[in-house]
Amino acid sequence: MSYSKPKFKASYANFINGEFVPPVGGQYFENHSPVDNSLIAKYPRSQKEDVDLALDAANAAKDAWGNTSATERASLLNKVADIIEANLEEFALVETCDNGKPIRETLNADVPLAIDHWRYFAACIRAEEGSATELDANTLSMNIKEPLGVVGQIIPWNFPLLMLSWKLPPALATGNCVVLKPAEQTPSSATLLMEKIADVFPPGVINIIHGFGPEAGKPLASSSRIDKVAFTGETTTGQLIMQYASKNLNPVTMELGGKSPNIFFNSVMDADDAFLDKAIEGAVLFAFNQGEVCTCPSRILVQEDIYDAFMERVVARTNAIVQGDPYDVNTMVGAQASNDQYEKIQSYLKIGVEEGAKVLAGGEANKLSGDLANGFYIKPTILEGHNKMRVFQEEIFGPVVCVTKFKDEAEALDIANDTLYGLGAGVWTRDAHQLYQIPRAIKAGRVWVNCYHAYPAHAPFGGYKKSGFGRETHLMMMDHYRQTKNMLISYDKNKLGFF
Amino acid sequence: MQRIAITQEAANIVKQLKEKHGELIFHQSGGCCDGSSPMLFEKDDLYLDDSDVFLGIVEGVKFYMNQDQFEYWKHTHLTIDITKGRGASFSLEIPLGLRFIVHSRLLTHEENAILNPK
Repeated sequence: MSYSKPKFKASYANFINGEFVPPVGGQYFENHSPVDNSLIAKYPRSQKEDVDLALDAANAAKDAWGNTSATERASLLNKVADIIEANLEEFALVETCDNGKPIRETLNADVPLAIDHWRYFAACIRAEEGSATELDANTLSMNIKEPLGVVGQIIPWNFPLLMLSWKLPPALATGNCVVLKPAEQTPSSATLLMEKIADVFPPGVINIIHGFGPEAGKPLASSSRIDKVAFTGETTTGQLIMQYASKNLNPVTMELGGKSPNIFFNSVMDADDAFLDKAIEGAVLFAFNQGEVCTCPSRILVQEDIYDAFMERVVARTNAIVQGDPYDVNTMVGAQASNDQYEKIQSYLKIGVEEGAKVLAGGEANKLSGDLANGFYIKPTILEGHNKMRVFQEEIFGPVVCVTKFKDEAEALDIANDTLYGLGAGVWTRDAHQLYQIPRAIKAGRVWVNCYHAYPAHAPFGGYKKSGFGRETHLMMMDHYRQTKNMLISYDKNKLGFF
Repeated sequence: MQRIAITQEAANIVKQLKEKHGELIFHQSGGCCDGSSPMLFEKDDLYLDDSDVFLGIVEGVKFYMNQDQFEYWKHTHLTIDITKGRGASFSLEIPLGLRFIVHSRLLTHEENAILNPK
């Protein structure tokens, strides 16, 4: 079965104060589909004035919204989930068109997971409580959670609707108003969502501004009228946003990517069974979402005594990947999200080979035929080499994995931790000691044990080292969007006696 | 001799952006999404200190990279190029529908001896 490109209007607007508002300066940019490089629509090329309008609306709405009951906020979040669910196929198609990822993924992963995050935070805000402690017979310490106020959120293009759904629900659930800027490569699903939910929240609670980083992202991140910035992206922009936040003494959370090791101990090959099959798939998950995942398991580490046999299976499975039309439900790997990513990945394939890496699979662009000839397709690629090579150290953000071997646990950990980043890692073993001790020794925020690429709302996600800080998903994220008001109450009728 | 060069096409864009924004710097990013690409900023926008390594000057613009990232890059020569694209960072060329990218090659033995003395 195959779908086709969804219909779009000629142009779209920002969503400010509950309405669709054209950009003040009247400028737009063209958004193209990476599937075939065809025009999708025009989106606002917003400037500081547009950001200011959104900040006006959010600041005007924050007191009333912050005082709505948790019951009401939760019910609105649930309503959003229901609306996305009722339009699941439409969201999936728009996402595939805008990002280039296969429809199989958007139908079964991106959109259902997005829905679940809205419901999860609706549930969290109803279930959690503040705390109260009787410090002594007459003194009560009461902790009340209060919203920060207005939050700026800048999200990436690899999972446009899902990243929006990681960031918006916890901020809204905790009573904040939001100004969110989608990535300029993928503005479509955020716009579709606003069309569907325009009347759900009071005006000003959610505001969506489209545009470019230097023109719209920077005035948002540096504004003194926000109380926090949440950012997912790369390290230099992360540093810039922290600088701006430091001027306003604002808190930030950062998710800045990784170079995640996926470690296979020799016991995975103790039997040729369902678990080995799962482990081989686990290695090939580097190609999931065209490798455009912050936690892409982009370094495979295999114990040397199983290396040849294991990699033979991994290479065969990689070569069996179906790459092609993202609208075809049988397609496993689609297009890279933009031309510059496509070029960047190819430049890494070149330096990898120049540094001495051996190509075990793929290794080049995939020139497809027909309309797809204009799209950005890279063959799933396996490079064999060593961990000091640049392809082992830098986030390629494509369907490219680097593989090397290790002797024992100590060497596996040395290689795994020899990276600037610490977002994800995978550990595969049948040894009960290893499956606890190895993850504990890896410096990363999420270690998948005998699995990979699962992102349940109920498990915290975030980085160590240069991968950033703060956690997303899980109820602990709500505290990244809140202040604690401590009320210290005395029930003692007697004075201190000091004065 | 320096570790870094720029193509004529990329230099033309730098020149154009200098006229608009004044003095500029390049900083090599790492990490996800638009990472692993050079970013062009107004000179005083990004705070630089001893943890940033100066790699050279291209088209009158100083190019920097974080020290710990440089440790993994220092055996390679970089050429800044420009391609059609749409980055999501704060880099100044993005509104032009263009994106700076890096092409890399290994340093020759001679270059390595001079640039990375033992």
